[in-house]
Amino acid sequence: MIGTCQMRRLCLVLAVSLFGVGAGGLVGLGVTTAQAVEPDEILKNPKLEARARDISEGLRCMVCQNESIAESNADLARDLRLLVRERLEKGDTDDEVRNYLVSRYGEFVLLKPRLELKTLLLWFGPAGALVLGAVIIFVNYRRRKQTAAEAPGAVPLNDKEKAELKRIMGEG
Amino acid sequence: MIVELGHFALVLGLVLVLVQSVVPIWGAHTRDERLMSVAAPVAGVQFLMVGLAFAALTMAYIQSDFSVLNVCQNSHSDKPLIYRISGVWGNHEGSMLLWVLILSLFGALVAAFGRTMPETLKANVLGVQGWISVAFLAFILFTSNPFIRIPNPPMEGQDLNPILQDVGLAIHPPLLYLGYVGFSITFSFAAAALLDGRIDAAWARWVRPWILIAWIFLTLGIAMGSYWAYYELGWGGYWFWDPVENASFMPWLAGTALLHSALVMEKRDALKVWTVLLAILTFSLSLLGTFLVRSGVLISVHAFATDPSRGVFILAILAIFIGGSLSLYAWRAPLLKQGGLFAPISREGSLILNNLFLTAACAAVLVGTLYPLALDVTTGDKISVGAPFFNMTFGPLMIPLLIAMPFGPFLAWKRGDLLAVAQRLMMAFALAIVIALAVVWVKGATNVMVRIGIGIAVWVMTGAVSEIVWRSKLRRVPLGQSFRRAVGLPRSSWGTMVAHFGMGATMLGIVAVSAWQQEVITVMAPGETKAIGGYELTFDGLSPSSSSNYREDIGHFTLRKGGAVVADMKPAKRFYMARQMPTTESAIETFWFSQVYVSLGDPKEGGAIVVRAYYKPLVTLIWLGAVVMVLGGLLSLSDRRLRVGAPRRAHHVAAAAPAE
Repeated sequence: MIGTCQMRRLCLVLAVSLFGVGAGGLVGLGVTTAQAVEPDEILKNPKLEARARDISEGLRCMVCQNESIAESNADLARDLRLLVRERLEKGDTDDEVRNYLVSRYGEFVLLKPRLELKTLLLWFGPAGALVLGAVIIFVNYRRRKQTAAEAPGAVPLNDKEKAELKRIMGEG
Repeated sequence: MIVELGHFALVLGLVLVLVQSVVPIWGAHTRDERLMSVAAPVAGVQFLMVGLAFAALTMAYIQSDFSVLNVCQNSHSDKPLIYRISGVWGNHEGSMLLWVLILSLFGALVAAFGRTMPETLKANVLGVQGWISVAFLAFILFTSNPFIRIPNPPMEGQDLNPILQDVGLAIHPPLLYLGYVGFSITFSFAAAALLDGRIDAAWARWVRPWILIAWIFLTLGIAMGSYWAYYELGWGGYWFWDPVENASFMPWLAGTALLHSALVMEKRDALKVWTVLLAILTFSLSLLGTFLVRSGVLISVHAFATDPSRGVFILAILAIFIGGSLSLYAWRAPLLKQGGLFAPISREGSLILNNLFLTAACAAVLVGTLYPLALDVTTGDKISVGAPFFNMTFGPLMIPLLIAMPFGPFLAWKRGDLLAVAQRLMMAFALAIVIALAVVWVKGATNVMVRIGIGIAVWVMTGAVSEIVWRSKLRRVPLGQSFRRAVGLPRSSWGTMVAHFGMGATMLGIVAVSAWQQEVITVMAPGETKAIGGYELTFDGLSPSSSSNYREDIGHFTLRKGGAVVADMKPAKRFYMARQMPTTESAIETFWFSQVYVSLGDPKEGGAIVVRAYYKPLVTLIWLGAVVMVLGGLLSLSDRRLRVGAPRRAHHVAAAAPAE
C-alpha cells in the first residue's frame, strides 16, 4: 500500500486515474478518513498555531506529493505537523524548524525552494521574462519609429503643404 | 458489434483525416479549387466518424459491456447512469477520444461556418487541423485504444474512482477540453496564414470568434474545476498551483493575451507577427499540458522512463508540432508586413502592456511547473515548487496589470491622452477608495496587502463600469439619450466592460477569503453548538444511509443566526464498496456571496465527530467573477462585426465611438 492520503488533491486524482498509473494504489486506501489539521493538533497559543500553519503550508507531504502537510491526510503529514508544533513550542524560530525538516528530509520538503545557484533561473526567470519582453518591445518600437521616419512616404510636410492640408480639411 | 463498429469508425476517421491533411493544402498551394473543396466535406465526415466511435464507447459504458477492457477497468454496473456516461472520459483512453472528438468538432465547425472565408485560407486551416488529428488519432489507435476486448470478461467492472463520481466529472473535462483543444483552431489559422505568407486584419477577424469560443470554454472549465475541488476536498481550497491545474492555466493566460493582441491586429493591422506567434504558443501550451498530464512525468520522471510508449509518442507530437510551427514561423514571419504605427500611450500600447504582463505571468507558471522536472532530469536534484513560489512570482506580475486595466479601454487608438483618461477615471478611483476603506473598516484588516488587494479589486470593477458610463455620456446628456447611447454601444464594448468587471469580482473574492475566512476545527458531541462567522452551528447527530454503490454516514447540523434557524446542513462521509474507498461530502450553505462550509472528519466516542466548519466571506465571487467574464466573452462574440462577413471599413465602430 503506497499511501494513506485518501483525499488527494482532486486534479491529481483525475490525472492519475486518467492515465492509469496504478490509480487504485496511488489514490490510497487509508482506513482513517482524517483530513488535514486535526482538532487535537491545534496549539492553544493562537500566535504559535498561526506560525505552525504558515510553516506547514510551505512543507511538502512526502506521501501525497503535491500537497502541503497542512492539506494532506497522510499519517506522515500528521507526524510532521506535530513535529513542527513541538519544535515551535520548544522555542525554535520558523527558520530553525524548516532547517530541521530539511536536515531530515532534504530540500525536496520545501515547497518554496531556497535561492541558490541551481534555482537562480527559477527565481529570476519570471522577472527575466518581463524584462526581456520590455526590451524587445522597446527595441521594436525604436526600430519602427526609425523606419517610419526613413520611409519615402513619410517626409514631414513643409509649411505650404500644411497650409494646403488645413484648407482641404476645412479649417483654414 | 457496436464496439467493433466504433473501432472501425475510428480507423476510417484516421484514413479520412490523412486525406484532409494533404489534399486541401496541396490544392491551396497549386490554387486548384477542386482539391481545396475537398476540405470541408472530409472534415465534416471525419467528425462524424470520430463521433460514431465516441458514441460506440459511450454505449459500451451504458450497457456495462465488461468484455471491453476499458469499460471493465473503469466502470461498474451499480453506478448511476450519469456516472456511467461521464466515466467514458474518466480514464486515459476515453479522455483522449474526447480530446480528438473536440479537435475534429472544431474542424467541422470551421468547415460549416467558414463559408465566407477565402478558399485558400479555409483549405489551409482545415489541412493543418487535419495534421493535429492525424497525430492524435494515431496516438489513440497505436497506444491508447479504448476498444480492446478481453477474452474472458469478468462479471463485474472495477468501478470508477469514487472521487470522480461527481457531477464535476460530468461537466469539467468536456468544458476544459473545449477550451484547451479549441485553441487548436487558432493554431491552424496561424499556421495557415504562415503557409499562405499573407495575413491581414481580415485574418484577425476570421480567427477572433474562435479565440473567444475557446477562451470562454477554458474559463468555464477552469472555474468549474476549481469549484469542484472546493466542495469535494473537505476544507475549501480552490486553487493549488498543482502542475495539472497549471497545465490548463497556462493556455488560459496565453489565450487571454491572444484575445487582446488579436484585437489590435483586427482594428489596426498591427502586432501581426506577435499575434501569430501567440496563437502558436497558446496551443503549444495546450499540447504541453496534455503531455504533462498524459505521460506520467508529473508522478515521477522515472515512471515516465519505465513505461515510455505513451509519453514518448506525445513528446514526439509535441516536438514535431511546436518545433515545426516555430520553424515555419521563423521562415515565414519576416514576410509579414507590419502596419499601423502608434504612440506608446495609446490603446495599442495598453494592449501591449497587457500582453507583456500576461506573457510574463505565463512564463512564471511555466518555469515553476517545469523547473523541478528539468532539474531532476539534468542533475538528479529534487526540489519542490509549490504555492508559495507562485504566490511570490505570479502575484506581483498580476498587480500592475490589474491597476492598469481600467485605463486601457479609455485610451484612443494610435495616440491616447493619459491625463484626460485619468481625469475620466477620477470618479471610479474615488469610489474605489471609499468602498475599499468602508469594507476594511467594517471587516477589519491589519494586513496592508489586504487593503491594497481590496482596493485594486474594487478599482478594477468601478473602472470597468465607468467606461460604459463615459461612453453613454451619463449625466452629460439627458438620461434617455444616454440610455440610447448605452444600448447602441457595440456589444464588444459591453463585453469588455463585463469581462473586466468579472475579473475584479474574482479578485475581490480571492482577497476576501484569504483575509477574513474563519475556521472551527473541533470535536463535536450531539447537541453541541459552535459559533462560526456570526452563525451558530449545532450538531444534531449522525445517521447511516446507503445508495446503489456506497454507504454513508450523514451528519445532521442546524445552522442558526440570532437563534432563528437558517439552514439544515448534511455533510456526509461515504464509503464506496467497489473500490473500498472513503470520500467526504461537504455541506455548503450560501448567504449572498458568502458561504458556510461544513465537512466531517473521524468519528469519536459517544457519537461525537471531528467537524471542520468554515465561514468563507464573498467566496462565491471567485467563480461568479469567472462566469461574468464568460458573459463578457459571449457579448463580444455576439458583436455584429463578427457575424458580418468580411471587414468593412466605413461606418461601423466610428458611429458608436464618441467623438469628444
